[in-house]
Amino acid sequence: MTRHRVDLAGLGVDRGGHLLLRRALAPLPLGERLQVFGHDPALRVHLPAWCRSEGHRVESPEPDSESGLVAVVVRGEGHDGRWAGAGRAGSGRRGEVEKAPPARWGLAVRGARLEEGGPEPYFDLDDRDLVWAKVAPQLYAHAAARQWDPDTAVAWDEPFSTPPDVEAAVVQVMTYLVENEQVALVVPARFLGRVHPHFREVVQLLAVQVADEARHMEVFTRRALLRGDELGSSSVGGRASLFTLVEETDFTTSSFLLSVLGEGSFVNLLDFLVTHAPDPVTRRIAWLAMQDERRHVLFGVSHLAEQSAADPKLRGRLRASIERRSDALRDTVGLNADVFDALLLLSAGSWHPEEIEAGYARVQRLRHAMDEGRRRRLERLGFPADEAAALSALHTRNFM
Amino acid sequence: MTEESLLLGAVAYDPKVVAIWTGFRHWLREHELPFDYVLYSNYERQVEDLVAGRIHVAWNSPLAWVRALRLAAAVGRTVRPLVMRDTDRDLTSVVVVRAESRIGRASDLDGRSVGVGAVDSPQATLIPLAHLAALGVKVEVRRFDVGVGLHGDHVGGERDAVRALLAGEVDAAVMLDGSHLTFTREGVLPRGAVRILAQTAPYDHCNMSVVDLAPADLVDRFGSLLLGMAYEDPAVRPLLDLEGLTRWMTGRTGGYHALDAAVELFGFYGPRGELVLPEYSP
Ligand SMILES: [Fe+2]
Ligand SMILES: [Fe+2]
Repeated sequence: MTRHRVDLAGLGVDRGGHLLLRRALAPLPLGERLQVFGHDPALRVHLPAWCRSEGHRVESPEPDSESGLVAVVVRGEGHDGRWAGAGRAGSGRRGEVEKAPPARWGLAVRGARLEEGGPEPYFDLDDRDLVWAKVAPQLYAHAAARQWDPDTAVAWDEPFSTPPDVEAAVVQVMTYLVENEQVALVVPARFLGRVHPHFREVVQLLAVQVADEARHMEVFTRRALLRGDELGSSSVGGRASLFTLVEETDFTTSSFLLSVLGEGSFVNLLDFLVTHAPDPVTRRIAWLAMQDERRHVLFGVSHLAEQSAADPKLRGRLRASIERRSDALRDTVGLNADVFDALLLLSAGSWHPEEIEAGYARVQRLRHAMDEGRRRRLERLGFPADEAAALSALHTRNFM
Repeated sequence: MTEESLLLGAVAYDPKVVAIWTGFRHWLREHELPFDYVLYSNYERQVEDLVAGRIHVAWNSPLAWVRALRLAAAVGRTVRPLVMRDTDRDLTSVVVVRAESRIGRASDLDGRSVGVGAVDSPQATLIPLAHLAALGVKVEVRRFDVGVGLHGDHVGGERDAVRALLAGEVDAAVMLDGSHLTFTREGVLPRGAVRILAQTAPYDHCNMSVVDLAPADLVDRFGSLLLGMAYEDPAVRPLLDLEGLTRWMTGRTGGYHALDAAVELFGFYGPRGELVLPEYSP
């Protein structure tokens, strides 16, 4: 006698009844019988058709309209085999990542049960030691929580007045910032699609970083055009320096040059503007961008410090990358003279010789602070102090 | 060709057929069976070539199988079904009417119009019409000839017949049981719009037909490789999914009597497998 039964009542296989059938059949051993009851008028036709496509067999009993017994289904293997060799794409636990996730895991969620077979997309950044940082999940959460709306985070209509020359200096600095932000957006965006999705939090973090840079481009452009409709200048030297960053295809050296050295120096520059910019709008947007940039720097420093601790040869490669970049930029003039002068004037606030002298001293202090910061971060990556000082001095005069 | 291959014929009723047989070819050759395939635009030429030995095996519709038997017998050859899909066993067809129709029993269809699939569709024309004829019902047949020569592999005719039924252009329509389920799920058949009036007895569908001219060792190897294809194997599963089966089963001949009787009844083929129906031109 068959003991297993399922009652579909008035439900048809065409309207979801297959779910009840599947649930009833799943635990049965091969060859076991399931009595199916129900009174959907098409059930007698649909049930065998469904079973056939699912790899089960139907034994048709004598029609029994009184009990509602429609058929007896004999459990077949059906599609069970789909999950026969299925393992998991790593662990689902927070922040637990594998050293070398295989290509076939590529498009599956980390920790998902994986049907065997299918495409094997190649993500070349697939080594935990290369891309992962323990702080990545935390940094991502932090970044996601601190996204701001350029339209409401800044009081764009706050009244202020700056002398025309000082305003022109602000416009020049903003133009330079946007140019740099553009590159800070493009560089991580290019790596984004190369990181194995197993390192989900790194992908998310880079994505938010790209979004951060998009906002930075927006607010600096908006400030540049707040009082006029002309932007400042863009020099060959500045673009040549940025181009060496765009050209870098190695994730490790790229994040070293861009985040550890470039964005690190950028933080000093933004800090300078927070303190010395002549108007509240510039001070505010510089402060907002600085918060984001600190995260970008922190991620770069964190994953490179972990990598450097595991691989003593890394520092040699990093040193070579600074030297290479310095060589490539040997014949360029470095920072746009207009930018340097604009920073000076902007912080001086007037043409008065004493103010100019004070402004000059501030810009010198900024350069010093940038150098100090770079040395500190290089030391965090394990460079001895004297080497850190030498390498910091080789960093591009273009700041980023 | 430098080495003898087992040559299979299949009908290109859909572009996916190329993916399917290219996939099988790759897999079979990986398993050291010299194997190749050719595609036909219709089943008639395929089955003629099978019996003539120009191909060794044919992935045949049930109607092509019925004809292969007749063609082979006429020239003293034999054909047999080597394997079939698990999903090709015990199909049925149904006759449906509009829910509000006064037609309550099959006999009420006498003198009424019935929408059917293509002239050569076993499931949507030949078998269900023979079923009605056996019940003594004489109907006026409205054919929806889509994909003639494909032996009903193209489901378009069944769909058109259903639309005609819903539009009130015919009094009944016939289709495969699985098509009824599909059409209901898709909403082609709105819920409660039609009623199932009659259902045929179960019959079998496609099979892998072999002619006795084929190299026996290659055929044996082909058969055992197919029967050994396991759904668990990720290299094989996409092919089985695409071809719509969970496993190959040994071929059987017992499920084609209803179709053979229908072919006889409507004079679809001559006794030696000749194409004799004037309105059938694949
Ligand atoms: Fe930025
Ligand atoms: Fe940044």
